[in-house]
Amino acid sequence: MNFDFSDEQKQMRDEARKFLAEKCSAKAVRAVLDGKATYDKDLWKGLGEMGFLGVAIPEKFGGAGAGHLELCAIAEEMGRALAPVPFSSTVYLAAEAIMIAGSDAQKQKWLPKIASGEAIGTLALFEGKGNPSPKAIKLTANGGTLNGVKKPVPDGAIADFAVVAARTGSSGRESDVSLFIIDLKAGGVEVKALTSIDPTRGQAEITFKDAKAEPLGAAGEGWGVIAQVLDRAAVLVAFEQVGGADRALEMGRDYALDRIAFGRPIGSFQAVKHMLADMYVSATLARSNSYYGAWALSTNAGELPEAAAAARISATQAFQHCAKNNIQVHGGMGFTWEFDCHMYYRRANALALGLGSLSYWEDALIDRMRKKNAA
Amino acid sequence: MNFDDTAQEAEFRKLARKWIEANAPKEFEEELSKSSLGRIKLANHDMVEVGKAWQKKKSDGGWACLHWPKEYGGRGATPIERVIWQQEEGVYGKLTQPFQIGEGMCGPTVMAWGSEEAKRRYLPKLASGEEIWCQLFSEPSAGSDVAGLRTRAEKNGDNWVVNGQKIWTSGAHYSDYGLLIARTDPNVPKHKGLTMFFLSMKSPGVEVRPIKQANGMQEFNEVYFTDVVISDSQRLGAVGDGWNVSLTTLMNERMSIGARLATGVPEMFEFCSNLMLDDGLAIDDPAVRSKLASWAVKSSGLKYTSYRAISALSKGERPGPENSIGKLVSGMMLQDIAAYAMDLQGAAGTLAGEAEEEARGQFQQMLLSSPSMRIAGGSDEILRNIIAERVLGLPGDIRVDKDVPYNKIPTKGR
Repeated sequence: MNFDFSDEQKQMRDEARKFLAEKCSAKAVRAVLDGKATYDKDLWKGLGEMGFLGVAIPEKFGGAGAGHLELCAIAEEMGRALAPVPFSSTVYLAAEAIMIAGSDAQKQKWLPKIASGEAIGTLALFEGKGNPSPKAIKLTANGGTLNGVKKPVPDGAIADFAVVAARTGSSGRESDVSLFIIDLKAGGVEVKALTSIDPTRGQAEITFKDAKAEPLGAAGEGWGVIAQVLDRAAVLVAFEQVGGADRALEMGRDYALDRIAFGRPIGSFQAVKHMLADMYVSATLARSNSYYGAWALSTNAGELPEAAAAARISATQAFQHCAKNNIQVHGGMGFTWEFDCHMYYRRANALALGLGSLSYWEDALIDRMRKKNAA
Repeated sequence: MNFDDTAQEAEFRKLARKWIEANAPKEFEEELSKSSLGRIKLANHDMVEVGKAWQKKKSDGGWACLHWPKEYGGRGATPIERVIWQQEEGVYGKLTQPFQIGEGMCGPTVMAWGSEEAKRRYLPKLASGEEIWCQLFSEPSAGSDVAGLRTRAEKNGDNWVVNGQKIWTSGAHYSDYGLLIARTDPNVPKHKGLTMFFLSMKSPGVEVRPIKQANGMQEFNEVYFTDVVISDSQRLGAVGDGWNVSLTTLMNERMSIGARLATGVPEMFEFCSNLMLDDGLAIDDPAVRSKLASWAVKSSGLKYTSYRAISALSKGERPGPENSIGKLVSGMMLQDIAAYAMDLQGAAGTLAGEAEEEARGQFQQMLLSSPSMRIAGGSDEILRNIIAERVLGLPGDIRVDKDVPYNKIPTKGR
């Protein structure tokens, strides 16, 4: 059994960590948090130059052609550093959708630009409150003309293009949904930035009024693609969550060692130690579940839907748990704008919802486990 | 990343599988597969006798205590080969329960600290199951704080005379030998006045009494010592070095108990899949699904954490500290699952008989037994301390009795 990343993959992770430590300091994250920039453009450019944006994109489409285990390793570091760039929307959502459903011409058009950092992409799926569901899609597409409103769209205000889920039928079934790809600078598209609990990951509302779009994949097969993209993104985001959880745990541990109260480091009190031990437990379970998700993702295994849901749930719980208790360990200082704790708390809670809520994935996991047990 | 054996591992697995296929006591396979959650029942046979026969057969075939050196009854196998053996032994591994404390704790302690003569005399018979060992550490006033133990061993010529009481001794009633830690000097701080011994459980003055547990069962014992004489040759390590010796045992305890852990998740999933509530199957209820999902990811998280450890062993590396979370997670989960399974039955959840239609009372039994999972082999609180101190590097608690002579430590009614 070799249930671990290879030395080369670990080396790539170390490279990403080193690169982000240098280029993505807390100060850089704060520039976006404070609204001085919509995202970190220099960092984005650098990620393209390092080959990180296209690590899982085939070489013939301008990527590094490495694979999804490598992408998982990088995702962990992006999460740890709270990188304020549209990495997940572009790489996990838009690029994956194009790689699954795109024609050769579409791949040729968009993937090289994603890999180089020239184009920011996103997936316009949600229409107001609620979880991913074919029934929730009201935006219509008639002969490639889109009409409707999408929100929240991750990184929608800075994206160059979007993959849009639209209704092309009225049977009430999944086959009513088709995907389209659209240049967001085109006519009939209106983009409005929204306020997010995590300003380092922007959200937008996009209104389409008779906007011309190109089909992505076959008509009526959109929901199947969305389901695959969500599972794949669930694993990748789980690695961001694992990275974030680990960092929040480290911050709490370091503070507990440093802070003196009642004449001793607060980390010597069992109430604090046990809180940190429980954080370690959550983070460890999440990491192990995510490794299994990574294996399933990288091998396109039939176990992916179940593995992705388990990774998603476990990593969501772990990051929320660690980010919340990191503030608790810090006490009052943890509630200041000045300390970084809230940045992890914001990110943990934003990531917990971006692909649908915890209860949505819990529901999905049980369905998938039953399907397996029945088989 | 893959789950495949290396060529060497596959070869070893084939060998193990072939031997098990030819030698396992298949007449017990069905009963053993049915006994879940660590409770092994054989209808018409004594578990210890059946276990001893299997252990002896394994020993004769060279499959007992695999990781031990050959001269002491083992096979000299690598850690990953031991894991492969456990996977292949499958349900028959449940028969090894009476020997686990000997193999996992007493044996390694004798191996590390015993004389060559003692090792050659005791270890092969321990490995073959001909002699069963128990561990005599915990006392009524010394559980988590085991270094506060009171059982006295006083020197008398070449012998030691032991008086006192131990508690929570698994298997004392069928054990042949015991590993005993006792206080040999009450005038020094508590950790410094302890010494480790081993003794025959048939020694005059040793009395074993079963404990009736909170769940109504009797799996543990109290052991009383009245003027029990032990030869100085049965001492392990130096006089006063017993604490240090005991660390060998306790480190092995946490590893061996963590090896086969019940979580209750498969049982709960099956139960919810079949339980009809007023509005349909329990598993279709969103609240049930949410809880099930949270438990399922804990259980899969533990499974894949152990896979990570196995992978490290396969590469010849030492596993990281991740495995320390196993008992902490599964103990709490068993208790929570049991309570929720009963909750789903409403008032009928109080019924604990095996004749009950809902899951034969297994969750009621689980509820009553699960508190012990959170205490035995290191309480949840001790395990959290260990994670915090050894894994996260946090400072130890301030110990007010650390430098105080043992006999000056305040106690209640000593």
